Amino acid sequence: MSGDHILSVDRLSMRFGGIVAVNDLSFGAERRKITALIGPNGAGKTTVFNCITGFYKPTSGTMQLTHDDGRAIRLERLNDFRISKQAKVARTFQNIRLFPGMTALENLMVAQHNALMRASGLTFLGLIGAPSWRSAEQHAIDLARTWLERVGLVDRADEAAGNLPYGDQRRLEIARAMCTEPALLCLDEPAAGLNARESASLSELLLSIRAGQGTSILLIEHDMSVVMEISDHVVVMDYGVKIAEGTPQQVRDDPKVIAAYLGTDEEEAIAVMESGT
Amino acid sequence: MNAPPAVSIQASHALGAAFIFKKALISALVALVLFSLMIGVRTEAGPTGQLIYWTRFGDLAAMVATVFGGSIVVELLRQWWGPVGTIRVVPTNVKSALALARRGIAPVLLIFTFLVPVIFYDQRYILDLGILVLTYVMLGWGLNVVVGLAGLLDLGYVAFYAVGAYSYALLATNFGLSFWICLPLAGILAALWGVMLGFPVLRLRGDYLAIVTLAFGEIIRLVIINWQSLTGGPNGVSGIPRPTMFGIPLTPGDDGLAAKLGIEFSPTHRIVFLFYLILALALLTNWVTIRLRRLPIGRAWEALREDEVACRALGINTTTTKLTAFATGAMFGGFAGAFFATRQGFISPESFTFQESALVLAIVVLGGMGSQLGVALAALAMIGGFELFRGLEQYRMLVFGIAMVLLMIWRPRGLIGHRAPTVFLERSQAISSDLVKEGHG
Amino acid sequence: MDYFAQQLINGLVLGSVYGLIAIGYTMVYGIVGMINFAHGDIFMIGGFIALISFLILVSFGLTAIPLILLIVLLVSMAITALYGWTVERIAYRPLRHSFRLAPMLSAIGMSFVLTNYSQIAQGARVKPVPPIIRGGYTLHEGASGFVVQLSNVQIVVVIATIVLLALFTWLVARTRLGRDMRACEQDQTMAALLGVDVDRTISMTFVIGAALAAVAGMMYLLYYGQVDFNMGFVAGIKAFTAAVLGGIGSLPGAMLGGLAIGLIETMWSAYFSVEYKDVAAFSILIIVLIFLPTGLLGRPEVEKV
Repeated sequence: MSGDHILSVDRLSMRFGGIVAVNDLSFGAERRKITALIGPNGAGKTTVFNCITGFYKPTSGTMQLTHDDGRAIRLERLNDFRISKQAKVARTFQNIRLFPGMTALENLMVAQHNALMRASGLTFLGLIGAPSWRSAEQHAIDLARTWLERVGLVDRADEAAGNLPYGDQRRLEIARAMCTEPALLCLDEPAAGLNARESASLSELLLSIRAGQGTSILLIEHDMSVVMEISDHVVVMDYGVKIAEGTPQQVRDDPKVIAAYLGTDEEEAIAVMESGT
Repeated sequence: MNAPPAVSIQASHALGAAFIFKKALISALVALVLFSLMIGVRTEAGPTGQLIYWTRFGDLAAMVATVFGGSIVVELLRQWWGPVGTIRVVPTNVKSALALARRGIAPVLLIFTFLVPVIFYDQRYILDLGILVLTYVMLGWGLNVVVGLAGLLDLGYVAFYAVGAYSYALLATNFGLSFWICLPLAGILAALWGVMLGFPVLRLRGDYLAIVTLAFGEIIRLVIINWQSLTGGPNGVSGIPRPTMFGIPLTPGDDGLAAKLGIEFSPTHRIVFLFYLILALALLTNWVTIRLRRLPIGRAWEALREDEVACRALGINTTTTKLTAFATGAMFGGFAGAFFATRQGFISPESFTFQESALVLAIVVLGGMGSQLGVALAALAMIGGFELFRGLEQYRMLVFGIAMVLLMIWRPRGLIGHRAPTVFLERSQAISSDLVKEGHG
Repeated sequence: MDYFAQQLINGLVLGSVYGLIAIGYTMVYGIVGMINFAHGDIFMIGGFIALISFLILVSFGLTAIPLILLIVLLVSMAITALYGWTVERIAYRPLRHSFRLAPMLSAIGMSFVLTNYSQIAQGARVKPVPPIIRGGYTLHEGASGFVVQLSNVQIVVVIATIVLLALFTWLVARTRLGRDMRACEQDQTMAALLGVDVDRTISMTFVIGAALAAVAGMMYLLYYGQVDFNMGFVAGIKAFTAAVLGGIGSLPGAMLGGLAIGLIETMWSAYFSVEYKDVAAFSILIIVLIFLPTGLLGRPEVEKV
């Protein structure tokens, strides 16, 4: 593997009982780049995400996250909330997981929990209303407002997250993840259920995050228009193994990828492609 | 939308009468079978110790007839009220009036509570009842942190109440420590117990957590009953010192408060003092809770109730967050317990049964989970209502149980069905409780 | 050794009673996902109805004990089952799709109602009955003179438990009703779409659970020779503990948990202290759950992310 990788996944395997969901998978995500993880349903993409973000403990393999300052963290050794807190990996979920009974703004405030906990002196400074806490809180609200503006939701800041339309919820979830100020942002099908216009604005948002914050992005996506438009690097999985990787162009022309998606065998796929050109 | 033809309305009414009659008849039949042996026959140990029985067919007939009649009334009411779940359109002006009333009710209630000892100075009964209600308001607010905010179901809250009460009682009777030293100690000890219980069990989810907290409550009670050398067992602890006004006793003696102020001594002074003491403690609980909700820890509690997985993805340590909720709730329970001990002067395990936990939980749920005002209103309604049936001694718990069932059916989400946001950009909009989750823990 | 054997027998008999109650908890939890707090009181009602019908039958001059027991069993199961049905209908059905805590509070309220209803209807005093089934077998006479006994009551309790358990397992595994119940457990909406009468199935679950609790109530009456209005709460908590210990939702788990609680309680009383037997049972529940958060036979909850 070459290049400056923020995340290097090496020989990752995940078994559930007898089922091998991910088998000996290795790939890397480059710093300040957008890496897409694609593959047919059931290929094991979300399982990879769950391993990276600490929801599953992988059966074997390593996942190394290298920060800008060269600090390396082995993700498989951290668990649960520490992935987000210490390794600075944020994620969104395939089936949106906002806090539906809290407002959009509150959702973004919860995302800044760890920073605010420190600022509130583990609650005690906050309880007495210390000035340092007040300014930290104002700062947090400002950060939240900035992100609400970026995702175009500042007008709906005080509405319950559960009341927002689907597309807004998707964007709010990304804003919430960004409020944790992550080094690596993992997005699980961010374009699912969005219409063409919303997909396009999502692409724009992700590109602006990469350009503005310099956040590296790893995403799972089925919407090929989004993948092809914004990805710098694409990793293709099928049945738990990597079957191809490269630039969007390279992957698109790979017969193995087409075979995986069309469910045909390789020769047929090549035949299909050749007849197409 | 066209109005349905009048004929069909009449037809449905005619059908309704037959339907209601049939339904009432079935209810009466079911009642007949249910009550046949339990009410129709009465058993009792006779003079020789052997069980004898006699029949009470009159009572049975009366009960069945009541069910028959009651069933008809309920059906008629239901038809008149319309199908359950109908959304009633409330005119905007009524709505805004209601909103105004809702905003006004809390200050009015607070001012009234402050004035209770002035208005009812001569009525000891009212003052005692006020103290009782406020104790439950405080317990409700304490449990609300755990159940309403953090969404953790605690069925053994009374354990912390007991820990607080026994902490004060034992420290005061054995070491002569004063109430004002014991009060924080009682809270701290209760919180420590909360952490001790919480640490191993808080990773349990849902009803597993519920049953473990229930078991914990029972364990504490059973230990208190059986550890006779320390706790006096079922006989309890008596002679618990009454509180002093920061060292000045409220007694008729020369060093008493009355003598110092140069006024005539009256036993009511102590009652009034206790009233304001529990009011202060309750308001402290309320203030801290409201404050905590606006701090990251409080928001994390609510987020935990909404979606624990998302919390973990945002780097929130769910275990410590749950523990703090548990400990905070336990601490308030401990304060309330210490107050209970000093007010009663005598405590025994009988005061700390599961029924107590259920009552406090009912107050929290009926109040509308998470709503401070709702909890206060629910405590007032529950304890006040409970008092109304004092004359009916043995029917009291029966009525209480029926009330609990009916209230839940009537308002499953409690009296106050809105959640107030903790922070806002433009304006604070209440969030409908339909969106608010109630946690899985 | 003899002492231990005797305690083992006693523990298993007590465990059978707990197991029978626990099945009711586990079934209801499996299908509607709520703790039926009133179930312990249903067990108590079952005991009372068994007692009253027994008294009536005896006063009618019936002397054949097996016949009396059979009639008492059937009457008690039938009426108690109707109690179970009514409780579901009144207190739980209106809250079926409501918030999680509402049915639980309603159940706690229903438990208070049933307890106080019995107290008012039948008085607060303990109702003793003379031993109905007498005699037994001496299994082993130790050198020290300690006798290991197996009484006929114990045999009846264990056999009744086994027979009913077999019948019930057959019901769930082989009949239409059992299939409907398992379908509702998995997915009520889908079951309804496929033509399963969900309301009826849930009602039947309560009915079966209550009938088994009635059997437990009657066994309790036979074994301990008394009932009282307050016995439902503690027995209920312990049976629920048993259900959780076994892994809630699992039928064999409920029985296993019941036996475990019965044994723990008996052994603790025998070797340590009677006063702390309940503390031991609850402590072991907490310890087991810490290490096996879904009980002994419960399926581990796979977290969907």
